Amino acid sequence: MSKLTIPKEEIMSSGHLACQGCAGALAMRYMLKVFGRKTMLAIPACCWSVIDGPWPYSAVSVPLFHTAFETAAIAASGLKAGLVAQGIDDVNVVAWAGDGGTFDIGFQAISGAAERNDNILYVVYDNEAYMNTGIQRSSATPYGAWTTTTPANHPKDRPKKDLVEILAAHRIPFVATASVAYPEDLIKKFEKAKNTKGFKLIHIFAPCPTGWKMPPELSIESARLAVQTRVFPIYEVENGVHYKLNINVKNPKPVGEYLKIQGRFRHLKEDDYKVIQGNVDREWKLLMRKVETFK
Amino acid sequence: MKKVILGDHAVSYGALLSRVQTIAAYPITPQTLIIERLSEMTANGESNAIFTKVESEHSAMASTVGSSASGARAFTATSSQGLALMHEMLHWAAGARLPIVMANVNRAMAPGWTIWTDQNDSLSARDTGWMQIYCQNNQEVLDSIILGYKVSEQVNLPTMVILDAFFLSHTAEGVDIPDIKEVDKFLPPYKPEIKMDINDPRSFGALTSPDVYMEFRYKMQESMDKAKEVITREGKEFGKMFGRKYGLVEEYRTEDADTILVASATVASTARAVIDEMREAGQKVGLLRIRVFRPFPTEEIVRVIGGKKKVIVIDRNISFGKTGIFFDEVKGAFYNYTGNKPPMFGYIAGLGGRDVTPKVIREIMDDAIKKDKPESEILWKGVKL
Ligand SMILES: Cc1ncc(C[n+]2csc(CCOP(=O)(O)OP(=O)(O)O)c2C)c(N)n1
Ligand code: SF4
Ligand SMILES: [Mg+2]
Repeated sequence: MSKLTIPKEEIMSSGHLACQGCAGALAMRYMLKVFGRKTMLAIPACCWSVIDGPWPYSAVSVPLFHTAFETAAIAASGLKAGLVAQGIDDVNVVAWAGDGGTFDIGFQAISGAAERNDNILYVVYDNEAYMNTGIQRSSATPYGAWTTTTPANHPKDRPKKDLVEILAAHRIPFVATASVAYPEDLIKKFEKAKNTKGFKLIHIFAPCPTGWKMPPELSIESARLAVQTRVFPIYEVENGVHYKLNINVKNPKPVGEYLKIQGRFRHLKEDDYKVIQGNVDREWKLLMRKVETFK
Repeated sequence: MKKVILGDHAVSYGALLSRVQTIAAYPITPQTLIIERLSEMTANGESNAIFTKVESEHSAMASTVGSSASGARAFTATSSQGLALMHEMLHWAAGARLPIVMANVNRAMAPGWTIWTDQNDSLSARDTGWMQIYCQNNQEVLDSIILGYKVSEQVNLPTMVILDAFFLSHTAEGVDIPDIKEVDKFLPPYKPEIKMDINDPRSFGALTSPDVYMEFRYKMQESMDKAKEVITREGKEFGKMFGRKYGLVEEYRTEDADTILVASATVASTARAVIDEMREAGQKVGLLRIRVFRPFPTEEIVRVIGGKKKVIVIDRNISFGKTGIFFDEVKGAFYNYTGNKPPMFGYIAGLGGRDVTPKVIREIMDDAIKKDKPESEILWKGVKL
């Protein structure tokens, strides 16, 4: 295997407006390193519409179109169509959205673009709630989590929506999970997406210290623990049927290690940990069956 | 080349002749024939446009916005519920200063389900920053698409070309389809001053504080004002090249008239026959058709009807809790007028596609002429209670 290099060039500047330890900001930095300057971004309402800076500033040195909350996928495919119609074929268009703009309000447009196999990359940086508007639950919020709309005495009582499975069901060329705690894997996936035609989606686990009530220095650690506890498996699916586990977790840590460092899970009791552990074990088993069956 | 075509197909030809580069649309009666024909045109190579068959009208407009921002000439078409679903993106298109042209087939809003014409769909989008052109025949529909791009690309605001459901959309009329080479001379390729460009990376539509937002809106209004001149100038230019001239309003036998009927769209074209009939009977009546509703032609309206004895407005729409919308705006145009303000009669007729026949219009005219002033702000025509 060839040695992986992460491009040195910084296309995103440090003068952005993200909080300390924001994994959503870090993920963008990596993506732009791989995608380079021949890239255009469509960003809907989310933390990133603030992170990039107010008019007339921008933290990224590529064209960026701010668009409505539910339109990242279709604004990106409209951009792509417009470029191709003008004979510009070598510019990558990336839709970059939060979990709310993806799992919830923007879901219909994503399904449309995926079904048509529009030639764009869709990236969701998943901080598991609506952070821009002050930490409200989304359908990506995990079971048991506190948010301002799922208060501690009535936390979220439904599991996180399984986005990757739904996208796989669209039989798109490439859909994958990734994590800022595993940059080599993340970079490889961006490269693969860059070299694949059609609709690609990368679901990036992106800790948010502000919304998760956690010190910023634990951002990467929490992302790593999510993988090592099997809470967030790192895998990919090609054409909807070829499953591949990218990071195998042979000896998982108990979920408590991941949960206990975050204030959003502080209200949980031992029994709750057991329920969550059970859910995680079951989901992992299910995924392993797919990985073994559909190679 | 003269051809007998439906209003919907006049839209398709207008888009074809404008050499639109992208189309994104979602079907809704009575707009479907527009996009079916465009699907054929793009499939058989008549048009080189990339046609994205989106999953909703909200996405149709979002896609069109994206394509236009990339520098392409972008087109879409819709009607009624579809236009309402797009509403958020209508603001986006105008606020992003994109010269998109869209056809909207005027269809009444549900409930109850209806597919027939009235203007409440497009008038609900009045304040989005789109120019609005209300057409009276299929020829005007085709010409207005071409003119729409010519004007929009100069003022950086989108244009909505509006045609009545069925009375135009599904009615066959003789239409002169100009030669595309001639259209090319009138409408050169779109060359935006600023667009999404990797060699000049910018962020579009970023966060704006109260310190700067208002200036962006001021500039939109400035462009709307400028659009009045541009529409008038290009309408004349078009007339020179193709023999059909267009303006903000159209006058018919208004010069020596003492009573003026104000109407739009196909109600106005029907009214012409009524004006002729009444003129023959010696009555001094005339017609003012409002073709462009945004930007609103205040000066032209005041010039034509200021000092007249009586003004009658027919609205195929209603602002609930107020009056007909054209009536309201025509009245508003006179508030600061220092001359002789004519009494104004505001009739509402033809909602949900009910016929506004010459007989209906004649009855409205006779009713207003015999009265000194209207007995109420809204005069309902033909309501069965
Ligand atoms: C149609 C619409 N509804 C609601 C909002 C308000 N809004 C803006 S951002 C946001 C939440 C974004 O959450 P997510 O997509 O997860 O991104 P994050 O802020 O977490 O990065 C909401 C609810 C909006 N801008 N538009
Ligand atoms: S609130 Fe969270 S996602 Fe938003 S900028 Fe701060 S750390 Fe990043
Ligand atoms: Mg979020």
